[in-house]
Amino acid sequence: MLIEAGKESIKAGKESRMLKIFKKFTKKEVLFIVIALSFIVLQVGLDLKLPDYMADITKLLEEKSGGHVSDIMEKGLYMLLCALGSMLASCFVGFLAAQVAAGLAKRLRSEVYEKTMTFTMEEINAFSTDSLITRTTNDVTQIQTLIAMGLQVVIKAPILATWAIIKISNKNWRWSFATGVTVFIMMFYLTVMIALVLPKFRKLQILTDNLNKVTRENLSGIRVVRAYNAEMYQEDKFDIANQNVMKTNLFTGRSMASVFPMMSLLISSLPLAIYWIGMYLIKDAKDIGTKFQLFSDMVVFSSYALQVIMAFMMLIVVFFIFPRANISANRINEVLETSSKIFDGQITTNNQEEKGTIEFKNVGFMYPDASDYAIENISFKAKKGETIAFIGATGSGKSTLINLIPRFFDVTSGEILIDGENIKKYSKDVLRKKIGYVPQKAVLFKGSIFSNVMFGDNIDNLAEGEIKQLANDALEISQAKEFVDKMKKGIDSSIAQGGNNVSGGQKQRISIARAIARKPEILLFDDSFSALDYKTDKILRKQLKEQKSSTTSLIVAQRIGTIKDADKIVVLDAGKMVGYGTHKELLNNCKVYYEIAISQLSEDEIKKDM
Amino acid sequence: MEEFNFGDSMKKLIRYCRKYYFPIVVAFMLSIFGTTFNIIGPDRLKEVTNKIAEGIVTNAMDVDGILKIVTILTILYVLGFLFNTSQGIIMATCTQKITNKMRKDISYKINKIPLKYFDQTTVGDTLSRVTNDVDTIGQSLNQSIGTLVSGITMFFGSLFMMTKTNWIMTLSGVVATIIGFIVMILITKKSQKYFGQQQEELGHLNGLIEETYTGHNVIVAYNDAHKEITKFNEINENLYSSAWKSQFLSGLMMPLMTFIGNLGYVAVCVTGAILVEKDMTEIGTIVAFMMYIRLFTQPLAQMAQAITSLQATAAASGRVFKFLREDELEDESHKTDVVEDVKGHIEFNHVSFGYTDDKIIINDFNLEVKPGEKVAIVGPTGAGKSTLVNLLMRFYETNSGTIKIDGKNIKDLKREQVHSMFGMVLQDTWLFEGTIKDNIRYNLSHVSDEQIIKASKAVGLDKFVRALPNAYDTVLDDKTTLSAGQKQLITIARAYVLNAPMLILDEATSSVDTRTELIIQKAMDKLAEGRTCFVIAHRLSTIKNANTILVLKNGSIIEHGNHEQLLELGGFYADLYNSQFEIV
Repeated sequence: MLIEAGKESIKAGKESRMLKIFKKFTKKEVLFIVIALSFIVLQVGLDLKLPDYMADITKLLEEKSGGHVSDIMEKGLYMLLCALGSMLASCFVGFLAAQVAAGLAKRLRSEVYEKTMTFTMEEINAFSTDSLITRTTNDVTQIQTLIAMGLQVVIKAPILATWAIIKISNKNWRWSFATGVTVFIMMFYLTVMIALVLPKFRKLQILTDNLNKVTRENLSGIRVVRAYNAEMYQEDKFDIANQNVMKTNLFTGRSMASVFPMMSLLISSLPLAIYWIGMYLIKDAKDIGTKFQLFSDMVVFSSYALQVIMAFMMLIVVFFIFPRANISANRINEVLETSSKIFDGQITTNNQEEKGTIEFKNVGFMYPDASDYAIENISFKAKKGETIAFIGATGSGKSTLINLIPRFFDVTSGEILIDGENIKKYSKDVLRKKIGYVPQKAVLFKGSIFSNVMFGDNIDNLAEGEIKQLANDALEISQAKEFVDKMKKGIDSSIAQGGNNVSGGQKQRISIARAIARKPEILLFDDSFSALDYKTDKILRKQLKEQKSSTTSLIVAQRIGTIKDADKIVVLDAGKMVGYGTHKELLNNCKVYYEIAISQLSEDEIKKDM
Repeated sequence: MEEFNFGDSMKKLIRYCRKYYFPIVVAFMLSIFGTTFNIIGPDRLKEVTNKIAEGIVTNAMDVDGILKIVTILTILYVLGFLFNTSQGIIMATCTQKITNKMRKDISYKINKIPLKYFDQTTVGDTLSRVTNDVDTIGQSLNQSIGTLVSGITMFFGSLFMMTKTNWIMTLSGVVATIIGFIVMILITKKSQKYFGQQQEELGHLNGLIEETYTGHNVIVAYNDAHKEITKFNEINENLYSSAWKSQFLSGLMMPLMTFIGNLGYVAVCVTGAILVEKDMTEIGTIVAFMMYIRLFTQPLAQMAQAITSLQATAAASGRVFKFLREDELEDESHKTDVVEDVKGHIEFNHVSFGYTDDKIIINDFNLEVKPGEKVAIVGPTGAGKSTLVNLLMRFYETNSGTIKIDGKNIKDLKREQVHSMFGMVLQDTWLFEGTIKDNIRYNLSHVSDEQIIKASKAVGLDKFVRALPNAYDTVLDDKTTLSAGQKQLITIARAYVLNAPMLILDEATSSVDTRTELIIQKAMDKLAEGRTCFVIAHRLSTIKNANTILVLKNGSIIEHGNHEQLLELGGFYADLYNSQFEIV
């Protein structure tokens, strides 16, 4: 995964993306980073001080004059203090890094979430819900990891490498050369391996997805598979996918097998080389003093040299983390840089003289990136208290039409008027306050039945007692009262995430109650009755008509029975209005409507209505 | 998390790998030898150091002696590299072969388990066994086991070499390391708490995000966004407080590991120096120990990690083997009864069935269907409509009673034979990624393209397919947008080319609008011509022309007859039918 993502961003190669994220650091966090930086320097300094003391000890020993025990103990104490200091420093860095990383992550998450909340369907569809979820969660976590790791490892590695190199560079060029060669071999080796294996990792991701797909296919279609005796067919398909995964895995696994042994070969060989070189240096040295100096240098040098190698190995880690996080940064920026194309209007009060009217004037709508109109030339008008119904085949544009009213999308041509004003002139809040929308697929939120009915601003500007009454009335009308009362805690019964603890029909009834409790001027039912059985459907509509007679209703339906008694019926076919009138009128003059009717009713019944 | 027994699961896993015992043992040996070569290194290096030190004092460097050791060491290191690499290659190969087999076994098993099992589990659960669990096992086999073997070798090897060289220095080094580890374990324990908290908060947050993003249009329509944002920020704040703590604590691990290493290093240096000072050892020993102590502490952390990952492996293999040991469908290779030239005469005799023993769904059900008849089954949800046809398909076995096809008890027939007598169209339109042609042909490789086109024409799909840019070779994937009706027509065409003697239509048109349904209805009527046919429907218009309509409630027939008879009867069916048309 890591590597696969890495590849992608190496291609993208946009580091500015990450910079944009970095710009979001607060002053306090920048201060933290600066402090962390100085502590990293301190820590590296202390780490590199250790071998210095060791050199001192070696010298003391070489002098062979005896009586150095207290001196040695003293140096040992310093070493201990260095080690302790280094640990404390890096713990403190860890603390700062965690604060900074988690803090930024918190803000990023919040920003992405708040941004997403301002989106409408257009942006949501463009990103897809799943992708937005990942962007708010995983991608932010990636950034958090990068920053936490980055502050501790990524910054430390070059500092350590540079400092250690400086420390050893003045000792002897031959030793430095040996170290340089080792580092070169290591970097070269790792680069080759990464270049070799990375594309395979990328491929592996695709192959694994394919394997999952084939398995999912078999599982989800298990009845079909058995009914067709197609077990072998599925297994053959799986075998191919499985075999491909194995082949690629074998390649990467075998290639990677040499990486760690190679690292330990290099780490073991370097001291050997240093001692080997040291032997000749010491042998050729002129006086005994230089020899001792060289000897202790040699012992200490091998310690430093290992630090250098370690630092470069740490740098390799960056190769893996950074690209992945860069992709995440990119994905987060994409969300933050997207703005909803639906703008607020000027009207911010709900005091229009005309109430409950809605009019479509030659409305046309084209989905973004589409080349054809989804709906075209739609015109109709509903007076207060009227019911307008929409019927047509799936894909004929019924839901699209409904979605234009709360401005989930804006019309491409023509205009929609509510209470005599173009809906674009209202602020979104005011417009939506006028509307009670019931989606096709009922959506409930974690909480209680009450919190789902008195949702959003339904509850605003209401007295305590009123709220309860309103919720109960709404449930009564939506035919939910019966099952809600049967529940242990009644209206306060809890609703699980996504409403998974109530049945589909119950969900829909609660969702209808939510719209009713809003006391809107206009109710929008986007095929909301299909999940109900005929009887409930009938009673619900009867109740609505009796108790909410002054509310205008727009109903999308599939069943003729649901809409027969509407004041006006709009018949849609492939986005165009092919009929407009009452049930009776349409039976006589609209072929499409007649066909729908004939598919649901018997000829006798139709004749009766004509 | 499922209950699992570490030892038991591991034992099963080890048994599962038995075909690869030999290469695995070879890999282990290679690993042990390879590691040993690396352990010998510091000891030899010690000699080099001592010889050099000696050379300084005596002013006569033993160049040949030193070169000899250096050469030997180089050879050892290179051998170590080769051994360890071979070990890695062998283990990677075995791992891949084993996980490949494991995935294959699971996949085969899926098709051998009674459907009952899948009613109780989710697709995601089984899927995660094929992918996540097998991956976990694979990673563990590939890395953890190898690490453990070399880690143990290195740990004991370096301990042995250190003790052999100088036990006082060993003691000081080991004690320092142990102290370091105790501190680390304490911190790990403490951090667990915050990790748990973080996971929990993350769960809450993900829940909220998922819910509000999916229900986004409702939130927008009800001006609820600011309330959700308040909720979000509250959880986000909680998450932050546990996130930075766990981030911090996990960030402590590295400095601590370094400290442990340094502590050992200091302890060895100081003790060594004092010993050298007192002439109890030589300077080379310190050099050797400085390396040994790193060899000693390094595997400890690796082993700790390997053990954690083994724990995960045990859990994963527990889940995999539990699945592999699920009861399979009865072996039917001994059954020899066959129905030749199927007429389509079906009899249900006193059939009872329940998915669980305490909840009977079909109760003493009797029915006779004559060849070529169209039988419709209607009734409220949960009445047992689908169950009935599932029993007929032998997806489930009856608790009591018999079902006969052309006079033969279906239990005496092989399942494949029973399946092959029926074409089946289900409510869920099951299509797979592949061309339309592939989807219609499915597993019938003998079906020609002409037959596919003929079937498509018959069910009214041909015109639509030809309008697509690649016609029958159009690949169906996420990008192709087919309507529910079009998808259903493809599955009907699939049943059409199968050309089975009998037909089952289980809510085949529930997800399409009524006009499209009419088209599909025509297609299905065409398909059903002359075949015994079972139709389950909740839209009654679909079944008006059936020979027999069964009204099912609680697993028993409460009414039966044709459309007119049932309307006349004025019972449940009439009620249901009329409720479609009444005006408020």
